[in-house]
Amino acid sequence: MLIDKMLRRIVPAISAATFIAIAAASTTAMAQEAQEQYFGIPSSRVGPYSAMGTGYYGGIIDYLNYVNMKGGVNGVKLTYDECETEYNAARTVECYQRLLNKGDQKMVVFDTLGTPGAYAVIGRMAQDHVVLAQYGYGRTDAADGRVWPWVFNAAGHYWGQIAVKMNYIAQKEGGVDKMKGKTIVHLHIDTAYGREPIPAMRQIAKEWDFKLIEIAVPPPGLEQQSQWLQIRREKADWVTFWGAGSGMNSTAITTAARVGFPREKMFYVTFGGAEEDMIPAGDAAKGTYVAANAAPGRDYPLIADILKVVYGAGKGNMQNPERVGTVYYNRGVGAAAMWIEALKNAQKIHNKVGKTVNGDEFRDGYEALDITDEKLKEIGILGMSAPFKMSCAKHDGSERFKMMQWDGKKFQILTDWVPAPDPAFIRKLIEDSAAKYAAENNITPRKCS
Amino acid sequence: MLDFWFFLEVLVGGLLSGTMYALVALGFVLIYKASSVFNFAQGAMVFFAVLSFVGFMELGLPFWAALPVTVGLMILVGMGTERFVLRPLVNQSEDTLLMATIGLAFVIEGVAQLAWGVDVRRLDLGIRDEPINWVMDKTGMLVSQLDVTAAAVAGIMVAALALLFSHTKVGRGLRAVADDHAAALSIGIPLKHIWMLVWATAGVVALVAGMLWGARSGVQFALVWVALKALPVLIIGGFTSVPGVILAGLIVGAVEKLGEVFIGPFFGGGIEGWAPYMLAVLFLLIRPEGLFGEKIIRRV
Repeated sequence: MLIDKMLRRIVPAISAATFIAIAAASTTAMAQEAQEQYFGIPSSRVGPYSAMGTGYYGGIIDYLNYVNMKGGVNGVKLTYDECETEYNAARTVECYQRLLNKGDQKMVVFDTLGTPGAYAVIGRMAQDHVVLAQYGYGRTDAADGRVWPWVFNAAGHYWGQIAVKMNYIAQKEGGVDKMKGKTIVHLHIDTAYGREPIPAMRQIAKEWDFKLIEIAVPPPGLEQQSQWLQIRREKADWVTFWGAGSGMNSTAITTAARVGFPREKMFYVTFGGAEEDMIPAGDAAKGTYVAANAAPGRDYPLIADILKVVYGAGKGNMQNPERVGTVYYNRGVGAAAMWIEALKNAQKIHNKVGKTVNGDEFRDGYEALDITDEKLKEIGILGMSAPFKMSCAKHDGSERFKMMQWDGKKFQILTDWVPAPDPAFIRKLIEDSAAKYAAENNITPRKCS
Repeated sequence: MLDFWFFLEVLVGGLLSGTMYALVALGFVLIYKASSVFNFAQGAMVFFAVLSFVGFMELGLPFWAALPVTVGLMILVGMGTERFVLRPLVNQSEDTLLMATIGLAFVIEGVAQLAWGVDVRRLDLGIRDEPINWVMDKTGMLVSQLDVTAAAVAGIMVAALALLFSHTKVGRGLRAVADDHAAALSIGIPLKHIWMLVWATAGVVALVAGMLWGARSGVQFALVWVALKALPVLIIGGFTSVPGVILAGLIVGAVEKLGEVFIGPFFGGGIEGWAPYMLAVLFLLIRPEGLFGEKIIRRV
C-alpha cells in the first residue's frame, strides 16, 4: 500500500518534471533556432560569367563565415543556401523562388550581381518583402526610394559612374570646355545593362557638346573587329566600354590592339574591369582605365583577417585563394558587409538585438545605413569601399569611384574616391525617370519628409 | 562617299575572321559526315580541349609536351564518346543521336570546369594579335598576325582532311557510314573504328580552333559559344563538305563585318549576331543542301 501511495505521488511528479524538462528543452531549441538569420545566395559559379560570380559570391560567403567564426551578429548565426543562376535572368527568377523560403525562415535580401537578373525580379520585391541589394549595378532609377522602397544600390549606379568617368576624361583633356568637339564612343554589350548609362551619357554629351557614338556588340562578343574598325574610322578620342563576361571584356582589349587604338583611351565599366578581364588580354591590356566601386588589395584589415581566420582554418570559399583581394572578391566582401551592417541596424531599430529579423525590419536597417569613414575603419575596409548614407528618398550609395589603371600585372589606383561633377544633375535624371515609371505603373510614391 | 580602303579593310578583316569560324565548323562537318548528326557538343569540345591544354601547362608541362598530351586526351574523349554514347545508339534515329550530343555537351562542360576550375586563363602562342607592320606601311590596312596564322592553319587542315576523305579507304567508309549505319555494317565497314577516328579527329580540330580563339579571347567558358558562329557556316557550306566550310566561312565573315559596319548603324548596330543567320535562312529557302552539300533525296 505504501509503495502504491508513493507511486501515485512520484509518477505524476516525474511526469510533470519530464514535461517541464521537455518543454524547456524545446523552448531552448526554438530560441537557438530563432537566433539564425537566413540568406539566399543566387550565385553564378559556372558558365561565361564564372570569373565574376566565383569572386563576388566567394567574397560574400567568406564574410558570412567570418562573421559566424567571430560569434555572429550579436549572437545571431548566419546561414545561407546557394542556387546556381549561370547569370541567366530566367534561372535567377527560378533561384529567387527556390531561395525565398527555407523552413520557417524567409530570405530578407537578394543580390543578383547583374542587371538582367535584377530587372527580372525587381517587380516582386515589394510584395515578397525582400530587399533587392543592387551593389553597383541594376536599375538606376531605383535609387529613388520613394518609388522603389525595397531596392537599394549601395555601391553606386551606372548613371553616377558614367558621370564620374566623363569628369575624369574631361580632367585628362584639360577641362570640361576642352570636351567640345571630342568624339566619345560608348561600346556596349547589346543588352539592357549595356544601354543603362546611355540616357545620362546623352544628357552629358548635350551639355558638354561632344559627339557621342553608341556602338553595340552582340553577345557573347568574342568577335569585335567590325565595331573597332568603326571606332578607328570615327577617330574616337575615348571609348567607354560596357561589357559583360571576361570573354567579351578581354576581346575588346585585344581587338583594340589589332586596330591600333590606344588602351590609355579606354575606360572600362566596374563590372568589366577586374583582374580576370585584363589577364587574358596579356600585354595588350596595359594602360586600360577602370572605374572601381571596390578597390582591390589584401592589405585592408578585414581582407587580411579573413585570410587569417577563414582561410587559416581551411574554410575559405575560393577554390584559388590567390584570388582573395581581387576586384570581384573585395566587391563581394563589401556587399556582404552592408548586409551585416543593415542587420545590425535592423536589430537595433526594432529592439531585436540578438534575434532574427524579418524582411520589413531588414529593409529599415538597410535604409538606415550610414557608412562613414569611421564605420568603414571599424569594419576594416576603409579605402576599399566608399562612405555613403542612405535615406528614405535616396537609395544610392556615394556615387564615388576610384580610378585605376592596369599596369600589365595589377591595378594601380590613381585617385581617391572621385565624385560626380554635378550630383544634382544625375539625381534629377533619376527622379524624372522614377516618376515616369511610377506614373506608367500607377504607383503612388511614398512621402519622405 | 564610301572610303574604298576602309571598305577593303573591313572586307579583309571579315574574310580572315571567317577562317576562324571555318575552323570551328570543320569539327561539325567531320561528325556530320560520320553520323549524320549535328554535334551540339562541338563548342564544349573546343572549350574542354584548350582548357586541358592550358591546364597541362599549368601543371608544369612545356608547350611541346602539353600539345601531344592534349591530343592524346582528345583521342580518348573520341574513343569514350564512341564507346559510351554512340555505340549503344547504333541504328537509332538521327534525333536520338542529336539529343545524345546535347547531353554530351553538358557533361563535357561540367567535367572541364570540375577538372580544371573556372578561372580565366591566358594563352600565349607567341603569335602577336597586332597589325603586321609592313602590311600597314604598304597599304594602310591593319591585318593581324593571328588572323593570318589562323587562315593558314585552317587552309592546311581543310586541305588535309579533304584529301583524307576523298582519296582514302577511310573516307569512303565514312561516306557509307553516314548514309546508313546498318548497311555499312552489313558490308563489313568497321563502324566503331570509323566513329572513333572521326570523333578523335574532331577533338583535335577542336583543340586547334580553341587554341586560336583562346589566344585572342582568353581560355574561358565563353569559347563554348564560338559554336554559334559555325552554324550559319555549316548551312551555307553544306553539312557534309570539308572545302565548303572554308568558302562559307569567308562568306559569313565578310557578310557580318560589312553588314555590321555599313548597314548596322541603320538598325542601331549589333546586327552581326543575326545577319549570318538571315543569310543562312535564304540559303535554306533557295539551296537547302548548301553550296557543296550532298543533295538529300528520300523516297516516301
